[in-house]
Amino acid sequence: MTLVASPRVGARGAPTPAPSSKRRRRRGSLVAWAFLAPALILFTLFKFVPMARAIGMSFHEVRPYLGDRWVGTDNYREVVTNDAFLSAIGHTVVLAIGQTAGSIILGLILALLVEGQAKSLWFVRTAVFLPTVAAMAVVAEVWRILYYPAPDGAINSVLGWVGVGPSQFLNSQDTSLWSVMAVGIWRGAPYDMMIFIAGLAGVDRTLYEASSVDGASAWRRLWHVTLPSLRAVFAILFTLAAIRGMRVFTEIFLLTNGGPNGSTEVLMTLIYKLGLERNELGVAAAGSVVLLLSTVVLTLAVQSARARRGRR
Amino acid sequence: MRHDTALGFTELKGPLARTVRFVVYTALVLVFAGPLLALLVSAFSPVHDPTSLTLLPSRLTLDNFRAAIRRDVLTYLLNSFIVVGGGLLLQVLVSVSAAYALARKQFPGARLVFLLILSTMMLPEEILAIPLSLVLADVPVVHVNLVGSLVGMIVPVGAWAFSILVMSEFMREIPMELEEAARLDGAGDLRIFWSVVLPLCRPALGVIGIFGFTMIWDQYMLPLLVAQDAAQFTLPLALRSLRSDEQVGVGVLLAASLLALLPSVLAFLAFQRQFMRGLTSGAVKG
Repeated sequence: MTLVASPRVGARGAPTPAPSSKRRRRRGSLVAWAFLAPALILFTLFKFVPMARAIGMSFHEVRPYLGDRWVGTDNYREVVTNDAFLSAIGHTVVLAIGQTAGSIILGLILALLVEGQAKSLWFVRTAVFLPTVAAMAVVAEVWRILYYPAPDGAINSVLGWVGVGPSQFLNSQDTSLWSVMAVGIWRGAPYDMMIFIAGLAGVDRTLYEASSVDGASAWRRLWHVTLPSLRAVFAILFTLAAIRGMRVFTEIFLLTNGGPNGSTEVLMTLIYKLGLERNELGVAAAGSVVLLLSTVVLTLAVQSARARRGRR
Repeated sequence: MRHDTALGFTELKGPLARTVRFVVYTALVLVFAGPLLALLVSAFSPVHDPTSLTLLPSRLTLDNFRAAIRRDVLTYLLNSFIVVGGGLLLQVLVSVSAAYALARKQFPGARLVFLLILSTMMLPEEILAIPLSLVLADVPVVHVNLVGSLVGMIVPVGAWAFSILVMSEFMREIPMELEEAARLDGAGDLRIFWSVVLPLCRPALGVIGIFGFTMIWDQYMLPLLVAQDAAQFTLPLALRSLRSDEQVGVGVLLAASLLALLPSVLAFLAFQRQFMRGLTSGAVKG
């Protein structure tokens, strides 16, 4: 998968140029840079320059027109001691873990239920997958309506049939974070399901035959044959979901905007408010750098754990 | 008994198994597609407040859409199409040309460039939001202000590592002999790239096309940073300002949301095979 693809640069079938063709090689490399130029310009302007500026700003008090003032690590101290930041970090971690685990477990169950060749299964899979394709903004607005906190709101009506509720969902600080998490799982599980289905297709069928000859039950087969074969899939899904969970923004921004009473404030919504509404650019930048570093560390940790296990 | 699936759930025979399956699948479809289906039905129904969301309409109406159009939804839709059209075109052109260099040329520094591009998959718009907003307001070197212009939503999406990765993996598989043959016939690099390599990449172009489309349509942070007033809102960004309407209530939001939902769903249904290939061959949405 992408994040783990070993970079094999240079065409596999490329003939090495003859030693006499030095000029041709130099020309070839000039051509290569010409083809790369648009990408390099865009990546530099919109990825690397912003990253460098985030790092620079994080050590300054940013004062437009007055010039920035060097403040050393003050901004970072603010990030790791400020209560708002600490609780935002807490919410982000809870949300990331909950959504990652929830999506993977539910995604696996879904995949096991709809694995197969029949045409009707294709229909079920496609229908289940739709939330993943829908724009996040649409998903958030639809769920705001579904979560309507009156007893005859959509979800409350369904809960009413089974004798639960009514709940305040997004409107109460006791349930808001869980309600947001449920939306994330609803949209994330179908994605994981599709990846699992692809993984399941790759499981060696002769192992199923063998375990069946041995008289193993379906559950034992699942535990001893299927799940171990999916180890790589788990690692990939974990990395992707964790990265995505850390930078969660749009759904919070639209569902609760951090409320009620800060109960769903995550790092990105806090950074957004600090940077673009309160103009505390330096502190916001420090928060971004912390988020970036955690993403990088998390990715590398999972990748190296994977690489050590099974060299693929 | 043959085992083709892990659980064997889909292979069980008999009326009981069939009934259980039917119930389970109906429940799954209702849970995951139900809310979107309710959106579809309710957008055409007189739904004034959130409690009247419905799957079975009492009467069909276009009032919600009329209200949405009165509230400039067509402008937002047009903005969205301009951004997705321009952004996708730029993204595909930039990606195929970069992939061509990385996959089929040998030059010093190639490995470093590849790793740098790959590393940006850990740098989504969200994390870079604050400095990105400053860069957009005053683009380095050229000193252009892209804030308040749709161009500001288009140009940054040109840098998309996923497409370069998918494209270059695909291009590596194309035999070098084809290129050599064209070169002997006197074709230059651009000619070879355009008429020999690209036509062979059609399957991969489908993959990066459909992924790029859904990714750009889903963009929220970038339009949020760039848009200064409603005239530049994309449809997903505008939803927040369309939550209620004097005449049709929440109906206006349902109509607008449906219009924001359909393009990505239809694109997915039309290019489902390419989408799945992208998902499984290296699916990273940022």
